[in-house]
Amino acid sequence: MFSNNDVLETIAMVQEEHLDIRTITMGLSLLGCIRDTAEETARKVYDLVCTKAEKIVKTASDLSGEYGIPIVNKRVSVTPVSLLCAAFPEKAPLIGKALDEAAATLGIDFLGGYSALVHKSTAEYERIFIKTIPEVLATTKRLCSSVNVGSTKSGINMEAVKMLGEVFKEAAFLTKEQDGIGAAKLVAFCNAVEDNPFMAGAFHGVGEADVVVNVGVSGPGVVKHALEQVPNADLTEAAEMIKRTAFKITRAGQLVAKEAAKRLNAQFGIVDLSLAPTPAMGDSVAQILEELGIETVGGHGTTAALAMLNDAVKKGGVMASSRVGGLSGAFIPVSEDIGMIKAAEAGKITLDKLEAMTCVCSVGLDMIAIPGDTPATTIAAMIADEAAIGMINNKTTAVRIIPAPGKKVGDEVSFGGLLGRAPIMPVHNCDSSRLINRGGNIPAPIHSFKN
Amino acid sequence: MRAVVTVTGKDKKGIIAKVSSFLAEKGVNIEDISQTVLGEYFAMIMIADMSEAKQELSALAKECAELGKQIGMSIYMQHEDIFNAMHNV
Repeated sequence: MFSNNDVLETIAMVQEEHLDIRTITMGLSLLGCIRDTAEETARKVYDLVCTKAEKIVKTASDLSGEYGIPIVNKRVSVTPVSLLCAAFPEKAPLIGKALDEAAATLGIDFLGGYSALVHKSTAEYERIFIKTIPEVLATTKRLCSSVNVGSTKSGINMEAVKMLGEVFKEAAFLTKEQDGIGAAKLVAFCNAVEDNPFMAGAFHGVGEADVVVNVGVSGPGVVKHALEQVPNADLTEAAEMIKRTAFKITRAGQLVAKEAAKRLNAQFGIVDLSLAPTPAMGDSVAQILEELGIETVGGHGTTAALAMLNDAVKKGGVMASSRVGGLSGAFIPVSEDIGMIKAAEAGKITLDKLEAMTCVCSVGLDMIAIPGDTPATTIAAMIADEAAIGMINNKTTAVRIIPAPGKKVGDEVSFGGLLGRAPIMPVHNCDSSRLINRGGNIPAPIHSFKN
Repeated sequence: MRAVVTVTGKDKKGIIAKVSSFLAEKGVNIEDISQTVLGEYFAMIMIADMSEAKQELSALAKECAELGKQIGMSIYMQHEDIFNAMHNV
């Protein structure tokens, strides 16, 4: 049984510290929707998504009402679309549009899975598919896209890396009226996971069941509040405090995930332990790091503090859930975290420091706006750097970067809502094109040969 | 199924009467009440049996919040499982 203090603590977490379930994401296998033509496949895809996920918004609203915890996002992830249209890749946009329409019909926030897995090399149908991404992102609202360009087991596909540099540029250019929002709906991954509930990188892996519910919890505000109670604690104690807090947050996620799966006739997939910030004051991962003792995030010591935070969140969370998965780490998106936005505006955090931070947490260079005239090969080189960190360290890394058309350092982009706003950050202006134009593969590291 | 009703805010007369008669109207049976007053701050926690409730929990929770606004308090009604999950191993 629980005590009165437990009750009041839970209520304070929700009312004052922004505790919420960040997302309920239903993963759907679309492999059974493949038909002879793109038109028929698109129709089947639309019908299946609308049928299977019909109750997701209502269920989330019911659960939120019953447990008294907000459920912020309702989402769907699907089988990588490139696999559905291997026979007619040039018509993949039809499937993309059908998925976007299904998302609108359901009233969900985002639908992820306009994706391709090309971590070893690029098949011809995937090459054609990847080229359709910018146009599709520009003409849809809720659809998200991702491409896996490398893995620890297979190395890095540098042809795909080069293509993605161009895809990011074009996705931003085609949505220049909205500060390049197309690029904010696109992720380049290394070691992509198949059960990620978070956007823009969610897709439903082929190793998954037909219908799965994955849940992402959140609560940077709760962790920060807990640390504020022990301002003079040493780091061992601080880590303990974070673990205990993460345990409670994750238990709430586990409860909601199991109940949601039951009501939606789906398999309970995983709880993702990621600490995901929002642009709201007091819901920031950067401010946790500052509470630990760094004046402004980005200063020396940031990487160490983040490593401790990330690990403690996992240790607390793993015990609280029967199945943990997804990305499960602290997110450090610049535009979606008020502490990061302020540090970037003040020039206190740089791309180089962000890259270093991605070595010890999930996921990567996330929601970072850069000058619109950054060459595609430079963006590709950033993707290669991140992919290398993921490949060597056996972890997921990603790049979601926005080369904001017509903007330069000192300007700002604003997407509104959860995607937030960000100042344009400077990038190194030396030329990396020779490296990128070499193509080929960066071979898998020696420690990938474990058999 | 049981729910936890929490009422917090500045202490004033008749809070328990208003909340308990509202719950009785809705077919909700109060099994346990505890309350504390810290200075001017009032916190009451009720354990309520919902087996004969006339409405779904999520609908009742909304009405409780509404009643809270009327009497100038915060009222939350939540499934007990959320507290069991978060505070018990």
